Amino acid sequence: MRVPVSWLADHVEGDLPADADEIGEAFVRVGLEIEDVHRAEEITGPLVVGRVLEITELTEFKKPIRYCRVDVGDEHNDPAGEDPAGGTGGGSRGIVCGARNFVVGDLVVVALPGSVLPGGFAIAARKTYGHVSDGMIASARELGIGSDHAGILVLPEGTAVPGDDARPVLGIDDPVIELNVTPDRGYCFSVRGLARELAASLGRDFTDPAARVAVPAEAAESWPVRLDDAEGCPRFVARRVTGVDPNAPSPWWLRRRLLAAGMRPISLTVDVTNYVMIELGQPLHAYDASRLQGPIVVRRARAGEKLRTLDDAERALDPDDLLITDDSGPIGLAGVMGGASTEIPETHEPGATIDVLIEAAHFDPATIARGARRHKLPSEASRRFERAVDAQLPPVAAERAAQLLVEHGGGTIVAGRTDVGAAPVPAPVRMALDLPDRTAGVAYARGATVQRLTQIGATVELETGPDGKGVVVATPPSWRPDLAMAADLVEEVLRLEGLDVIPSVLPSAPAGRGLTAAQRRRRAVSRALAEAGYVEVLPFPFVGDAVWDAFGLAADDVRRRTVTVVNPLDAERGSLATTLLPGLLDAVVRNRSRGLDDVALFHVGQVVLPHAQPVAMPEPGVRVRPSAAEYAQIDAALPAQPQHVAVVLAGEREPRGWWGPGREAGWADAVEAARLVGRVAGVELRVTKGELAPFHPGRTAVLRVGDFPVGHAGELHPKVVEALGLPPRTCAMELDLDLVPLTDPRPVPRVSPYPPVAVDVALVTPDDVPVADVADALEEGGGELLEEVRLFDVYSGAQVGEGRRSLAFSLRFRADDRTLTSEEANAARDAAVALAGSRTGAELRG
Amino acid sequence: MSDSTQEKAPAGDGTAAGPLDAATLDAAADAAIAAFAAAPDLAALAAVRPAHLGDKAPLLLARRELGSLPGPQRAEAGKRVNAARVRVQEAFDARREVLVAERDARVLVEESVDVTLPWDRTPRGARHPITQIAEQIGDVFVAMGWEIAEGPEVEASWLNFDALNFGKDHPARTMQDTFYLREDHETGKVDTASSTLVLRTHTSPVQVRALLERELPVYVVCPGRTFRTDELDATHTPVFHQVEGLAVDKGITMAHLKGTLDAFARAMFGADSRTRLRPSYFPFTEPSAEVDVWFPEKKGGAGWVEWGGCGMVNPNVLLSAGVDPEVYSGFAFGMGLERTLQFRNGLPDMRDMVEGDVRFSRAFGV
Repeated sequence: MRVPVSWLADHVEGDLPADADEIGEAFVRVGLEIEDVHRAEEITGPLVVGRVLEITELTEFKKPIRYCRVDVGDEHNDPAGEDPAGGTGGGSRGIVCGARNFVVGDLVVVALPGSVLPGGFAIAARKTYGHVSDGMIASARELGIGSDHAGILVLPEGTAVPGDDARPVLGIDDPVIELNVTPDRGYCFSVRGLARELAASLGRDFTDPAARVAVPAEAAESWPVRLDDAEGCPRFVARRVTGVDPNAPSPWWLRRRLLAAGMRPISLTVDVTNYVMIELGQPLHAYDASRLQGPIVVRRARAGEKLRTLDDAERALDPDDLLITDDSGPIGLAGVMGGASTEIPETHEPGATIDVLIEAAHFDPATIARGARRHKLPSEASRRFERAVDAQLPPVAAERAAQLLVEHGGGTIVAGRTDVGAAPVPAPVRMALDLPDRTAGVAYARGATVQRLTQIGATVELETGPDGKGVVVATPPSWRPDLAMAADLVEEVLRLEGLDVIPSVLPSAPAGRGLTAAQRRRRAVSRALAEAGYVEVLPFPFVGDAVWDAFGLAADDVRRRTVTVVNPLDAERGSLATTLLPGLLDAVVRNRSRGLDDVALFHVGQVVLPHAQPVAMPEPGVRVRPSAAEYAQIDAALPAQPQHVAVVLAGEREPRGWWGPGREAGWADAVEAARLVGRVAGVELRVTKGELAPFHPGRTAVLRVGDFPVGHAGELHPKVVEALGLPPRTCAMELDLDLVPLTDPRPVPRVSPYPPVAVDVALVTPDDVPVADVADALEEGGGELLEEVRLFDVYSGAQVGEGRRSLAFSLRFRADDRTLTSEEANAARDAAVALAGSRTGAELRG
Repeated sequence: MSDSTQEKAPAGDGTAAGPLDAATLDAAADAAIAAFAAAPDLAALAAVRPAHLGDKAPLLLARRELGSLPGPQRAEAGKRVNAARVRVQEAFDARREVLVAERDARVLVEESVDVTLPWDRTPRGARHPITQIAEQIGDVFVAMGWEIAEGPEVEASWLNFDALNFGKDHPARTMQDTFYLREDHETGKVDTASSTLVLRTHTSPVQVRALLERELPVYVVCPGRTFRTDELDATHTPVFHQVEGLAVDKGITMAHLKGTLDAFARAMFGADSRTRLRPSYFPFTEPSAEVDVWFPEKKGGAGWVEWGGCGMVNPNVLLSAGVDPEVYSGFAFGMGLERTLQFRNGLPDMRDMVEGDVRFSRAFGV
């Protein structure tokens, strides 16, 4: 909402602060946000109003040029100027002009030599097209007051006289304040509402522009109107004006204010309806009454109905659309946009008059909001209606518009006024008298609550409640339908008393329980990975099907089943990721493109796994707690969103340097990252061999808690690496943290003070027997006495035979209660080796 | 051990020239001391030691002669031998100490290295500054007895909007620039307004979850990832983070809100920081306010910076969460973490926070 300061000043008693920023601060104090304060660029030197006396068409040039004699007032006219035949002697100046939108007798704005227009455009007398051009006739854009540059600015007759300083006429010194109106304050989409707020903030009196409009009582109707949908349209007012001159120009002051408010002046009827809308906040519509057929009926659309709107678009209507109709069918989308068939035509024969029917209606905010959204037609009218308009305004606004039309376009107001339906009446709101004090934690001055509520226009009564305490009964004014409960009244008192009087008091929360085990674990995991050299990144969760193809996922892979974003920013990435890897791999590519070749990244985040079949989402009511079943059903209907942790590695894990060569990141690093996460979580992850896209089929580890798989790690498939433009041998790991049980407290270890016995064994196994299986068998076979199994060498070669390898383990035995004898240790070793042998075929190396 | 091949020296009476006479003993001692002094290093010292302190050294041999002397002379001679021996041993020890010190010093010199050689073999990891600031904020509130509450990113519209007093057709709902979701894979027109599944536009649904799931009173902060359909640029990102605070208790006032915000500001921006409130509108609070924070390190001088939104929990929200607004009241506040980080650390471009360039996160350490 843009409003010039001068317009606000009309309705606030006393002078406003000279500095528009101070006015802006006054608005901010009571809850309006200032977007900007616009000030027209200064124009220095002589800028005056002129009257065109003569136009000489110069036709000998490439484009038509006019040489004009312009009366710029006695002080500025050139007594010795050229005096064209039949001219007006020295009472003018000669000016060359390329625009053609003016005629002799028009009032224009002339920048005389010595003036400087916005942008440092200095005007000087110069010889051009064979004449001396002694100044410039300016366009709105050249003057910095609008964007119109189609022609020069022509002021309506009577605006000023030649020689007048043009600056005050143009409003150059009138700053425009641009405000952001919060959705609850629909009434602030008007000068009326803003001036009321400004007056309250400055502690001044407010003069209501609506109160100035005399609305005469009328007995008859001006047009038959029937409301078939009183919910959508509770009230409809119509006023008729006949004999209006459609060619009459809007007065300059009105056009200037529209320009300042950001609207383009069009014609008298359009300008007047817009002006009244901005002034009072009531959107209006002007029908060409001669084109209306029969009574107006307000109703919902019927199946298959269509409407051609003012913007000349043919719109298919929805049964929820609220329509203005006549015998011909729909003639307007209520509260959003009028129809083309009853529009007042743009051009008229000279001397013609029009018959105008002004509509001022009250519509249901939700209906208008839905309609505007459905047809993607956010209009000045819908923006106001969806925030609720003062239901008492329709007759006032219609009268004001009719008066302005008659005043500037002639004609007469037809006796009679249609006013059907009933304005919704705001219900009184009861509030404990001390609730504002109790809410703010402030003891306000006696009477402050009543004073502030009266200031916003409420009718306030005091009662004594059953508990003997004071109760305020406030009937909100018609423009404040947002005041529906006690808390709304509290806000009014607090904001007008000023939030800066509220003291700072720290509440004492009860003793808390600290972080949860899951929160502590997540912190520990992220710290451990960072300490291990991984850099955390926070990629977006948006992915497209292309990445699943690059991953080589089968058509029925569950990870392809994603939650879809209905309105994605990027249509290529319209789903929510079911794995953290795509985002991390994107980051690898981005880092590599910036010359960072050795990257180890991690991400801890939620992934989104939809149900196999969507589960119905309940929609509980509001202002009442949902039942436990409903709340449980909400969570059941949400897709699963487990917390994952993932890492990716590319390039060197340890860099080369003066100490020697580096070490390329490999599958083992990825597995180790997973085991690190497991250790931090207090779980020793078991590693088994597996196969899962996008991993290399021969280099994929399944990570398990017990037998339960919780994630995968390894090297990526070479084809995936190629498809995604990754460096060769890129490795990755991803775990579902939620599947790793929280082991808190962890089991207490036995710490034996007796010395260990270490025994080494070398076992020969077929190549394809996983080391982990052998180690597990040793661990189990070694029994209670076996403290640690550690692989210290792997050998394959001629000595052990083709397809076999030798695994050298160091076993450490220890007893809890005694020093172990070597016989005991050897017996335990034999048991371990025996179990490894029977389970995996491992043989002691001879 | 005695050496059987050693020829026995004749016993002297201590006055004549013999192994026990004073001059001989002095000479032997002097010779030993000279030899020790001449030893250039520990090895040489060790090499000459047997000749002067070993079993066959003159002083040791002289001692064996003592037995052949008569009592008084023996005592006399014994004293001389001992004195000489002590003198030699002390000389040896002193020399050894010097040589050990010399060797130790030399070894240290020889072992010196260029300590400026870089040893950056361990790759440097880091946590994202958003994670760090979220943790810092969590710690500030946990220290005040609050707890950290969390919720899902894909959220029910009811929790993201309805329960927070956003009417179905209220303009505030459309102002949130929501990503709407659906689970089925079919394409086709979906009325976004009727979508029951959204990417949460704020962390506020966690407020409702906290009230529904916890015992009163509730004091929680909710850090988390949030989503709005803003194109990525220097000051906007469609995926960002917020932290939400909620306190619901008996007798909670806006002064408590102010006190909490001031304490929060001091923890984040230093002891001189504080907050100020400007009236505003949010559907889920009434009264509502914008929070500005006094930021002493502001670029170009200390000043107010827009920080977030806050207010007293709207009674409709309490009712939707089953809390009686006649008995309990509460306040809530919310801030953007990216924005907080951006002005606190002077980060010029929000894109750095989302692109995943390792140089960015590394600058913030672990």
